[in-house]
Amino acid sequence: MAPEPPKREEPPKKEAVAAPSAAAPSEMKRETKAETTKKEEKSVTNKITVGHVHMSGCTGCLVSLADNYGGLLKILDDYADLVYGLTLADVRHIPEMDVALVEGSVCIQDHESVEDIKTTRKKAKIVVALGACACYGNITRFARGGQHNQPQHESFVPIGDLIDVDVYIPACAPTPQMIRNVCVAAYLLLRGTEDQKTLAAKFLKPLMNAAKRGTTACFCDLMYEVINQGLCMGCGSCAAACPVRAITHEWGKPQGQRDLCIKCGACYNQCPRSWYSFDVMNEFEGILELIDGAMK
Amino acid sequence: MVLGKYKTVVSARSTDKEILEKSQDGGIVTQLFVFALENGYIDGAIVTGIGDRPWKPRPYIATTKEEILAARGTKYNISPNISWIKEATRSFGLDKVGIVGTPCQMQAIRKGQLYPIGLREVPDKIALAIGIFCMENFPYKSIQQLVEDHAGQKMQAVKKMEIGKGKFWVYTERGNVVSLPLKITHKYEQPGCHVCLDYVANLGDISTGSVGSPDGWSTVFIRTKKGEEIWNRAIAAGCFETTPIDQVKPGLELVTKLANEKITKNKKYIEERASYGVNKGLRNPYI
Repeated sequence: MAPEPPKREEPPKKEAVAAPSAAAPSEMKRETKAETTKKEEKSVTNKITVGHVHMSGCTGCLVSLADNYGGLLKILDDYADLVYGLTLADVRHIPEMDVALVEGSVCIQDHESVEDIKTTRKKAKIVVALGACACYGNITRFARGGQHNQPQHESFVPIGDLIDVDVYIPACAPTPQMIRNVCVAAYLLLRGTEDQKTLAAKFLKPLMNAAKRGTTACFCDLMYEVINQGLCMGCGSCAAACPVRAITHEWGKPQGQRDLCIKCGACYNQCPRSWYSFDVMNEFEGILELIDGAMK
Repeated sequence: MVLGKYKTVVSARSTDKEILEKSQDGGIVTQLFVFALENGYIDGAIVTGIGDRPWKPRPYIATTKEEILAARGTKYNISPNISWIKEATRSFGLDKVGIVGTPCQMQAIRKGQLYPIGLREVPDKIALAIGIFCMENFPYKSIQQLVEDHAGQKMQAVKKMEIGKGKFWVYTERGNVVSLPLKITHKYEQPGCHVCLDYVANLGDISTGSVGSPDGWSTVFIRTKKGEEIWNRAIAAGCFETTPIDQVKPGLELVTKLANEKITKNKKYIEERASYGVNKGLRNPYI
């Protein structure tokens, strides 16, 4: 049940071809080139529009998106048109878009950043906090300012402290596969068949709940909400998810070195006992095939 | 979803004497991993061996037949197998990973594939996930207490532990056989198991356990396309003897009964948690 690829065989607009030929009738070869470009633009119409908004982050989240390699090209070819992104799209001001992927936390002393995040909320239908800094503050929680050349830039908050966020993609860095899965789900939600919309909504729900839950998550949340609540069964997911290897298992239960914890929320969100949707998980084989199919 | 989705279910056992010598029941997990490794379906598997104390599990990544064989038999206490899943693909460089685990660990694997929040490169590299039937698990100290205090045996003298026929069985190397009624073991169970709503590892590619089949045999559910392909090839290669499940006693009826018992009991506990305090409850992880 792979989503139907957008039609790409639409004829190019005639005026566009006609205009240059009228101006310079001798340069016929260039016109052919212009035609090819037009074809690609035409297929954009069915795509969703996506922007990457860069707050205070290390660009690791963007690199993770790029680490889908061929998959990224597939996403940009068929599903999403990148309408905004520092270095990637030649657009100065944040435009209207379907999905804003926001990387990084917001420095509240940097008024431009504050304006940008507010604009993002106004211009985007769906705001996705991409990565742990945007979701939970992550490593920027430890910032104290004093650095050149803006020593007064010292306080950083997750974007959810300033605007409503729709979807979280936690972890430092978020994984290419997680970004891919959310991209496909977002596309199906906005452009898919009714069945695909329902499935995509179910898939995205836990990530929307995560966004509603709040702007803090670290190993402590695993303690408060899983271990202290009598829910941990020692599967090992948290230790596998931790990017700084701060979690080991003692007597079968997670033991976190809290000084190493960077507050990324990967352990908490990876844990099958933090949140778990039978609706989605029981369909795992079909959903994985759907994602596979969409990326082919 | 009492028994989960499945394509086929059979009673089976390995045809390899060496595997059966120390396997818990029909040697299904060991045989499948050995077959999958030797035929290129997996590059290695995360299995459970013995750690720094007798019968204390140690998850490790097996990349040879010998290493897989070293993990034969069930250890009735917590083994965080998933903790190795990212290391398997990175430090060990495996592209096709096999993993064995309890139903909750199969849930963890599938959550990790659909929502790979901290599991970079893992989702596309799970080649064979084998789930084992599980009523509940125990912390290490619980097992120690059961074996040493209740059954009166030394941990290092134990040859095999087993839960079956309504009892917890301890067999020692020198031939002692002690059984404890499950009434005694209940209070030692891991609390996290009491919210679990899966008995037969519904999310494994293949899941297996002793319940439903005669002694020395295992009941095997083949659930996914991946599982089916590997299972059919293994059968064609003569790895297993099989008997149709409706021709064995006690058969699927018992599996269904126990699955229903577990799910009903734990659903009730999840409800009780909702009003555990005064106008306050405990968390329910399921949404």
